[in-house]
Parts: sequence; structure tokens; C-alpha cells
Amino acid sequence: MLEVIWLIPAFPLAGFVLILLFGRRLGQPGSGLLATAMVAASFVVSVGAYFDLLSHDEADRAHTEVLFSWVPVSSLQVDMAFLADPLSITMCLFVTGVGALIHLFAIGYMRGDPKFSKFFLYMNLFALSMLVLVLGENMLVTFLGWEGVGTCSYLLIAFWHTRDSAATAGKKAFVTNRIGDWGFMIAMFLAFQALGSVSFSVLNEASEQGTIARTTATAIALLLFVGAVGKSAQLPLYLWLPDAMEGPTPVSALIHAATMVTAGVFLMTRVNPVLEYASDWAPEIIAWVGAITALFAATIAVAQNDIKKVLAYSTVSQLGYMFLAVGSGAYVAAIFHMVTHAFFKALMFLGSGSVIHGMHEEQDMRRMGALRKFMPVTAATFIVGWLAIAGVPPFAGFWSKDEILLFALASNPALYVIGLVTAVLTAYYMTRQVVLVFFGDAKWESHAAEHGAHGEFKPHESSPVMLFPLVALAGLAIVGGIIQLPAFAWIPDDLTHRLEHWLHPVVEFGEAEITSGNAYDNKGLLAVVATAAALIGIAAGIAVYAKHRAKAIEPQLVADAWRYDATVTAFMGGPGRKAFDATAWFDRSVVDGAVDGSARAVRGAARQVRKGQTGNMRNYAGILGIGAVLLLGWFVLARGLL
Amino acid sequence: MELVVFVLASLMVLAGAFGVVLMSNPVHAAMSLVLTLFGVAVHFVAMEAHFLAAVQVIVYAGAIVVLFLFVIMLLGVDRADDLQIEPFPIQRPLALVVGVGTIGLVAAAILRAKDSVDREVALDASGDSNIRLLARNLFQDHVFAFELTSVLLIVAVAGTVVMTRRTSTPEAESTQSNGAA
Amino acid sequence: MIAAYVPTSTWYLLLAAALFGIGATGLLVRRNPLVMFMCIELMLNAANLTFVAFAMQTGDINGQTSVFFVLVVAAAEVVVGLGIIVSILRHRPGATADDLAEMKG
Repeated sequence: MLEVIWLIPAFPLAGFVLILLFGRRLGQPGSGLLATAMVAASFVVSVGAYFDLLSHDEADRAHTEVLFSWVPVSSLQVDMAFLADPLSITMCLFVTGVGALIHLFAIGYMRGDPKFSKFFLYMNLFALSMLVLVLGENMLVTFLGWEGVGTCSYLLIAFWHTRDSAATAGKKAFVTNRIGDWGFMIAMFLAFQALGSVSFSVLNEASEQGTIARTTATAIALLLFVGAVGKSAQLPLYLWLPDAMEGPTPVSALIHAATMVTAGVFLMTRVNPVLEYASDWAPEIIAWVGAITALFAATIAVAQNDIKKVLAYSTVSQLGYMFLAVGSGAYVAAIFHMVTHAFFKALMFLGSGSVIHGMHEEQDMRRMGALRKFMPVTAATFIVGWLAIAGVPPFAGFWSKDEILLFALASNPALYVIGLVTAVLTAYYMTRQVVLVFFGDAKWESHAAEHGAHGEFKPHESSPVMLFPLVALAGLAIVGGIIQLPAFAWIPDDLTHRLEHWLHPVVEFGEAEITSGNAYDNKGLLAVVATAAALIGIAAGIAVYAKHRAKAIEPQLVADAWRYDATVTAFMGGPGRKAFDATAWFDRSVVDGAVDGSARAVRGAARQVRKGQTGNMRNYAGILGIGAVLLLGWFVLARGLL
Repeated sequence: MELVVFVLASLMVLAGAFGVVLMSNPVHAAMSLVLTLFGVAVHFVAMEAHFLAAVQVIVYAGAIVVLFLFVIMLLGVDRADDLQIEPFPIQRPLALVVGVGTIGLVAAAILRAKDSVDREVALDASGDSNIRLLARNLFQDHVFAFELTSVLLIVAVAGTVVMTRRTSTPEAESTQSNGAA
Repeated sequence: MIAAYVPTSTWYLLLAAALFGIGATGLLVRRNPLVMFMCIELMLNAANLTFVAFAMQTGDINGQTSVFFVLVVAAAEVVVGLGIIVSILRHRPGATADDLAEMKG
């Protein structure tokens, strides 16, 4: 099965081509079913590859499948090659698995939309790009996928492009991503210059052996992190993610919760030897950026009123956790949290999509309430997601967050404190969301007229095709923790650290070892503290929003995202614009000027030379004669005169 | 004796050449050309190339120069050019350079190789006459080139006829040079 | 005495070189197309002289065969060349080489 891992991206590619050619004929729900089937087929192949890898010894679990030589230019030899190792197959499994469920949901969600087929066209293109990204054997293939997902993100965010806000959001996403991409590209160039190759295995090998200069490795690591910051929406490039909620909800679920935004974390894990080998302050920077972003976004989420914006900021915050893990050397924990986050965040996004549909496109939470009576399945699954993200055991989120906090404490107690505070806030704002939407009094009646409802406005439960993925994801959110249970005494040994054993060959160089010290000895205590934090947050949320015992603290500053957006806009408009104009001038005059100038010089020279073309035979004969004399002279003089 | 012949013939050649270049009347130039050709023919004889001398006189002086004169008369370009006019100032110095350069450099090459060049081997070692030797060489070793040359002549003539055709002229330029065929 | 000097092939070669040089100069200086053609003939003759001189020197008859071919080709060339000159001068009587400057670029 490993020889055919190219099938994994090939299925969505086939879907893309088929929908491109026959989309109109397939119609609804034909193109949707085709797209879902393609992603599901990829999932099946991924499962097959997983078992195939398992059958090999641990040291042997890396299979490279070279499709063809992509760039055969003397010193730069890059193949279109896919690498199947535990990390990439893990990514493939949850990308295709969760992706298939989301595609299924989208068939119901996008029903009736005139651009139904185009939606699935883009979704399959996205699946293709994401799979190429994770399966890439070298940086160039991964970069191809990286750019592809950026493009699809733009296409899908601006899907309803007739809406100005959507078009702008799409552009914003693309441009912000591009800034990150610059970092990735420079890292690639550096790697090529230092090692003559852009292959990950060469880069990692060099870092493990120490054959690459430490400064170069640090530079590469940090530049790749710049790319990750752009793609995974960390400070300072997180701006695009909240605005990306303009896209249809399945897009938000797939791209901005489960897959594309995790590409940054994946990339950092893929190059963990480089991070390990780089100077110590590089991973520290990563950890701090992650932690601060997590806290920052959590504070903003507290004051948001749009159901999807809360989830968007929550995603930024959870991604911050993942980078905190990466920076602390906890790659397994980062991947673990990535997987569990995919489950519960996709679940909640799909749930919010269900709510939006049921409320006839209403997205403001202040106009919802008491929906659990009208949308029981949605409510139940959403509550599962809520408990998971809040970190309540035994749901998946608890195990992964706890692991991250453990490593954070071992790395730096300040990071641990930030992580813990963020956990409290996470529980708080998620509780706020659940209470406002599903509990309390129904607040939509006063706004019924705005919905243009004929007669009674009543929210309704969604169709089975939309409910099934919700249930499936809820199940995963409940039991997902099982893939990496910590080594508590009461858990049988076979079940502990399964993900860690699986990912061992990929991360062994970079993974921090925590076998002793303050953090390790108090593991049980830390778990209890984490649970307590979650419960405190939940209790506070219920107190404020359900029981109305205390006043809600939602300062305007926080609601405006600490006016970060406004500051960036002002900067870009003012001094930023001047800088851009100067660069554009430079490009026009100097760069283009040089090119045009050389063309002008050639033309001028040609004009002078043209004067020799008199059209007169005798002149030509004269020149011929001179040429002959010169030739004769050369022959004679070359041997010495006389 | 050979020396006298050589000097006389060379004088004819060079006088004729200067005449072609310096005479303003084209008809006079053609006559000088005839003088040169005769001189060259004499040299051929002195160098044991008897057949070629005959062909030179018959073809070159007898046909080609006649052709030249026909055209001069036909087109009426027999008026004398004015040799003083030269529209391109650079042309004369250029010509001088080319002429002197060519002669000088070639002479230098020849003189340098003088010692290896001056051995002489008799052409008619086998005792055959010049024409027999030439014929044997032409029709055995170079027969293919010979055939191609005849094709060339036909093509040249046919092409020229087509090119200069006017609606009512059976003029003199369709006169072939008789060539070897 | 004087009779002691036998002309060697070197002398002939030098003569041919001189003839060639004069022909080249003449070609560049004259403007009448027909006279220019005659100068070309001079150069061809110089080449012929050279061939025969070498044939005499090496005892190889191929030199003379080459002259034969040069002669034939020169004849063909004269035919075509004069045809062209006739065609041109028919339309522009009294033109010189300088007036035919259509290819001015």
C-alpha cells in the first residue's frame, strides 16, 4: 500500500478534474457526493498506509515514493516525491477523515446554493493541496501544497464574493499568508545554499549530525516559523482568521479549524531536529509567541457576539497552545492537541453551522437562546465539544491540554501560568457561548420580523446528512484521548503513550525528555489543577451568563480585539503606504529601468550599427575585402612574419 | 629564354589589369581584359598546361569578353565614367588597404614558404600528353563533378533566359557561352 | 647570366597575388557594374594562375582540373550576372552600382 501513497492526493485531484468537467451535469448533490467519496477514498488509502507502516519495524517506518523528477537543473535536483512516515500518515488520516465528514456536512449545508458544484470543486482542490503539503518529501513539494491551501483558502473565503466583506476577507487572508510565505521561501533558499538540497531528510540529517552551521539552522528554523505564523494565525499575523469567517461554515470547519491552520505546527514538527539543534533562544521565542497568542486570543473571544468569531479566536488560542508545545520540545503533545482540536473544533464549527442554518442565517448569539429544545442533536454534540475544549476529563481535550501544560511547566513556569490562565478563559468563554446559544430564554422572537419569516419563526433541527458528521465527531471528541494517555498508575501500560511510540522515529531527536524533575513528579497534581481550572472557568461562565449572579465583563477594547486590526490598518495606510510607494518607485525606476535601459542601449547600438547597412554593394564589398585581409593577416602573422 | 617569356607575359598581364581598373571607357577596359587573358594564356603554356591555355583563349577571351561587349553595346553604357567622382570618401582608402593588404600578406606567405615550395616535379612523368592526363583525371576521378557542372550550365542559361525575358526580345543574351559541353 | 634565372612557381604565385590585389582594388573603386564584373574576372584568373602554378610544382594534374572547373563556373556566373545587369539597367538606364541601394537598412 505504501507504493501507492500517491493515490492519497490523486483521489481529490481526480475529484477536482471531474467536477471541473462535469460539475454542471452532476449538479446537487452529485458533485458533493463525488467530492466526499474522493476524500473518503483517500482516507481508506491512508488507513491502508497506516497498517502497512505498522507492519515495519520502528526504525524502518519511512517510505519515500518518487513520482518523477520535477526540477532537474544541474545543482538543484528536486523530485516530486511523497514521504510516508508516522507523522505524515497521522496528518493524512485526520485530514481525510475529518475532511470527509465535513464534505458530507457541506452537502446538506450548501444545498440550494447556486454555486454548489464550484464549492466542492474548491474543496477537493483544497484537499489535494493539503495532502500534497503533508506528504511532501522535500520543502518544495510542501511549499507547493502550502501555496495551494493558501489559494484555496482565498477562493473559499471569498466564495460569496458578491459580498464586499467576503471579498476583502479573502484578499486579507491571502496577503497575510503571503508575508508568512516569504519566510518559508527564504528558509528554503538558505537550506539549498547550505546543503545543496531542499529535502527534509537531508536537512534533518544535517541537524542531527551537526554538519550544518548552528546559525544557519537557527535562521532556517525561525524563517520557517515566520511561515508558520502566517499560516497558523499567530501574533502578529493572526488578523486574517477572524475575518475568514465570512466564508461558508464548512470552510471554516475544514480549513480554519482542522487542517490548513495546523500546517504551521506540522511544518515545525517536521523539522524538529533543526529546532533542537538551533540556538536555545529560538524554540523559546516560538513558545512565548504561542503562549502570548493563546492568552491574547482568549481574552478577545470573551467579548465576541458572532457565534463563529468566538470559535475563530478560540482556534487562534488553541493554535497558540500547539506552538507553546512545539517551543517546549513537546512535539507529540502538539500533534496530539492538533488531532483532538481537529475533532472538537470541527465539531463545534459544524454545530454552529447547523445553528446558523436552523436560525435562518442568524449569526449573532444575542439573538439566540434556548435552542436545545429545538435542536437537540446539535445541542448535545456541541456540548460534547464544549466539554472537550474546556478540558474536562475524560474528554479528549483534557488529555492533550494537560500534556502541553506539563511540558510548559518543565520548560518555564511563567509559560505554565499563562497556559493555565488561558485554560480558565477558554472554559469561561466557551461556557458563555453554550449558555447564550442553547440555554436561557429565547431571544429571537423580538427579531423574528427581520428574518422575513412567513408566519411563526421557529428554529429547526438540521437534516440527517448534517447531523451524522456531528455525531461522529462528537464520538471522536469523547474517546480521542485514548491515543496518548499519560502513564498514571491506574492505566494499563499498553494503552499509555501510544501516539508517542508511533511518532517516535520522527521526533526522537527533538522531543524533550521529561522523566524527572518538578513537573514529572507532580503529574497527578497537575492534572487535578488543570481540571480545576476548567471547572472554575465553567462555573464562572454559568454564574455570569446563566444565573446572572455577576456582571458580564466585556469591555469594548477587548471586543475590538485590542484595536490590533485598527492599528495595523492605520500603519499600513500611513507610514506603511509610504514605504510601499518607495519600493514600487524603486522597482519601476531602478529595476525596470535597468531592464528597459539595457533594451534601450541595445536599440541605440543597433541604430548606430545600422548606419553600416548603406545598401550599397561597393561598401559591402569593401567590408568583405577588409575581412579577408584581416583573416589573411591572422594566418600569416600567427606563424610569425617571414 | 623562359625568363624572357615570363617577363613579357607578366607585363601583358599586369598592364591589362591596370588597364581594366584605370580606363574610364568600358570598351577600353574590356580590351585590356583581353590583354590580361592572353598573358595568362601564355603563362599557362609556359607551365605545361597546354589544353588550359587553349581553353582560356577560346572560352574567356573568345566568348566571355564577347559577351561583355555585347551587353555594353546593348545597354549603351559605353559612355565613359568620370573616375574623379567618388561618392563615399572612405571607399578609396579602403580599396587601397584591401589591395595592398592582400598583395602584401599573400606575398609574405609565399615568400616564407619559398624553400619548401620551389621543388618541382615533372607533370608528364608518365609520358602522356597534357590533354590526355587531364582527360583521364577529369573523366575518371571527377566525373561526378563534371556532370554536375553541365547541369549548372543548363540551369544558368535557362534561368537567365527566364529572368531577362521581355515580350518581344530574341536578344543576344540568350547566346550561350559554349563552355565545355 | 640572365638566362640563369628560371621562373619558379614562386614567381607565378607572386604574379597571381598581384593580379588578385589589382582586381580587388578595381572592384572597390569602379562604379560601372560591367567594369566591376571584369575586375571579378581578373581575380578569377589570378586564382587559375595559382592553381596551375601549384600543379606544376607538385606534379599533380588535379590543379589543372580545378582550373577547368573554375573556368566553367566563371562562364556560368557571367551568364547569370550579365542577365541580372541587363534586367536592372533596362529599367534604369545609366545606373551605377551606387544607385542600386534598395537594401539600405
